[in-house]
Amino acid sequence: MTETLKSAGEPPKGRLTTFLKLLWADKFALFAAVFLLVVVLCAIFGPLLLETLATKQNLRGRNAAPFDLEAGWAMILGADALGRPLLPRIVVAAQNTIFVAAGAVFFSMLIGTALGLIAGYSRGRAAQMIPRLGDVIMSFPSLLLAVIVLYILEPSVGNIIIVLAITRIPIYLRTARAEVLEVRERMFVQAAKVMGASDRRIVFRHILPVVLPTLLTIATLDFAFVMLAESSLSFLGIGIQAPDITWGLMVSQGRPYLTNAWWLSFWPGLAIILTTLSLNLLSNWMRIALDPTQRWRLEMGGRKNG
Amino acid sequence: MKQFIGKRAIASAVSLVGLVILVFFLSRLTGDPTDLYLPIDASQEMRDQFRELNGFNDPLIVQFGRYVADLARLDFGQSIREARPAIDVVLQGFSWTLSLAAITMTLVTIAAIVIGSLAAFNVGGVFDRITTFFSLIGASAPDFWIAIVAIVIFAVNLHWLPTSGTGTPWHWVLPVAVLFIRPFGLILQVVRGSMITALSSAYVKTAKAKGVRSRPIIFVHGLRNGMLPVITVIGDQAAGILNGAVVVETIFGFPGIGKLMIDSILQRDFAVVLAAIMVSALAIFIMNLLIDLAYALLDPRIRY
Repeated sequence: MTETLKSAGEPPKGRLTTFLKLLWADKFALFAAVFLLVVVLCAIFGPLLLETLATKQNLRGRNAAPFDLEAGWAMILGADALGRPLLPRIVVAAQNTIFVAAGAVFFSMLIGTALGLIAGYSRGRAAQMIPRLGDVIMSFPSLLLAVIVLYILEPSVGNIIIVLAITRIPIYLRTARAEVLEVRERMFVQAAKVMGASDRRIVFRHILPVVLPTLLTIATLDFAFVMLAESSLSFLGIGIQAPDITWGLMVSQGRPYLTNAWWLSFWPGLAIILTTLSLNLLSNWMRIALDPTQRWRLEMGGRKNG
Repeated sequence: MKQFIGKRAIASAVSLVGLVILVFFLSRLTGDPTDLYLPIDASQEMRDQFRELNGFNDPLIVQFGRYVADLARLDFGQSIREARPAIDVVLQGFSWTLSLAAITMTLVTIAAIVIGSLAAFNVGGVFDRITTFFSLIGASAPDFWIAIVAIVIFAVNLHWLPTSGTGTPWHWVLPVAVLFIRPFGLILQVVRGSMITALSSAYVKTAKAKGVRSRPIIFVHGLRNGMLPVITVIGDQAAGILNGAVVVETIFGFPGIGKLMIDSILQRDFAVVLAAIMVSALAIFIMNLLIDLAYALLDPRIRY
C-alpha cells in the first residue's frame, strides 16, 4: 500500500535504487552486504595481489604474535608456524573457500530447482519418482558420506563441490516442488493455460518468477551451511589439501599450536563466523525485501523488521 | 498407518541396499588393508595368509556375495582393527553418540522452546532482539572452531574441564555445549517465527480478551499449534548431530560412531564402515518415523 502512495508523487525509480533503499533501511543487512562485498573482492583479487606475500616463509617470525606493528602491516594478525603472515593468507584463502561454496550452491540450486519444477509441474511418473530421490539423499548422514566419497575419490576442489552439491540438492528440490504445487493452481497460471501458452512458457515465465525469491533466500542461507561443511571437511583433513588453503584448513593447521599461539586458529575461524553471520543477516533481510506483503516493514523505517 | 510405515520402510530399504553396494565396491578401491596391518618386514607367506584369512584374494563379486550371505544371517563381518564382530564395535560407538545426541537435543529443545516463545510474546522488545542476535551468531559459528576456542579457554587456561576423553561427567560438558550451540540457534529462530504466527491468530486474541493470563496463552494456546514446523527442524537437527558429531567427537576424542567411522575409513576396516552406515541409516529412519507420528499426535487433522 505504501508503495502506491509513495510512487504517486515521485517519478518511478529503477529496481536497483529501490533495493538499495530497502537495504539502507536495515543497517545490519547493510553491514552484512558490505562485508560480503569485501570478502568477494578478496576472493577474486586476493590471490593475484598477495599470493607471493602469503606464501613467503620467514622462519624467524614463526608464530609471531598479532598486533605487532613493527613487523609491518602484513603481520598485524601474527604469523603461522612457518612465519607466513596470517592476514594475507586469510585474504588468499577466501578464494578457495568462496569458490567451493559458490560452486556447490550453484549446482545444487540449478539441479534441485530443475528437478523440483519437473516434479511439481508434471503429473506423470516423474512427479512420483523425483521426490523419492530427495528422500534417499536426505536419509543418510551427509557428512559421513562426504568423508567416504572424498577418501576414495581424492579430495580436490571439483570433487568437494560435487559431493557438497549432491547433499544439498533435496533442499531446493523440496522447496521448489512444494511451491510449484501451490502456484500451479493459481488463477494466472490457469489463465495462461487457457490462452494456449506452452508448458515451457508457463513454467519459466509464470511459475519460476514466483518461486525464485524463496529459492534465493534459501540459497543465501545454504551458502553459509555449505561453507561450514567445507570447513569441517578441510578441518578433518579430507577437504582441500595443502599447499592450497581455505579457512577451515587454516584452523586445523593452527590446532597443534593452540596452547602457545591461539591466533593461528582464531583469525580464520573468525573470518568464517563473520561471513556466515553476514549471509544469515542478508538472508533475513531478503526474506522481507523480496516478499511484497512484508516489504512495508523496511519501507516504514524504524526497527520493526521482525 | 501400518501401510504408511510399510511404504516408508520399503523405500528406505531400497536406498540402503543401493548405498551398501556402492560403499562396498568403492571402499575396496582404496587399497588392500594388508599393508596397513602387517609389519613392514612381514614375509610374503604372512601376507598371503592374512589375505586368505580375510578373504581378500577372491574376486570382488565373490567377496560381495559372501558378505550378503553373512548379512542374511545377521553377521556383519569381523573388524580387522579390533578383531571382534564389527556390529559390536559399531553398537558400542553408537550408544555413545546416541547418549550425546539425546542429552544435547533434550537441552536444546527445552531451552529453544521456552526462550523462543517468550521472545515471540514481545516481538521487537529488548529480550527478543538480544536472543535473535545471539541465536544468529550461534547458527553461524563453525563447531570445530568453537570447540577449539572452548578447549583453550576452559581446559587449558582455566583448568575447569578436561580437554578430551571420557570417564567423568565433566568430560561431557564441553562436547554437549559445543553441539548445543548451532541447533539451538536454528530451532530458536523457528520457534520464534512460528509462535509469532500462532500468537497473532484469532483464538489467541479471544483467549486474551477473555482475560486468560499470558503464561497459559503462550504455552497452552500458542505452543501446541506452533509446534509443527518446530518438530521438523528438531528432527533435522537431531539427524544433523550424527553428522556434526564427527567433528566434535574427533576433537574431543569421544568414542562415538562418527570418530569410529573416520578411523575405520582411514584404516580400511571395511566391515565396520558398512555396519556403521547401516546402523546410522536405521537410526535416522526410526527418527523420521517418530517425527511423522508426532505430527499426527499434535494435529488431529493429519492422518496417514
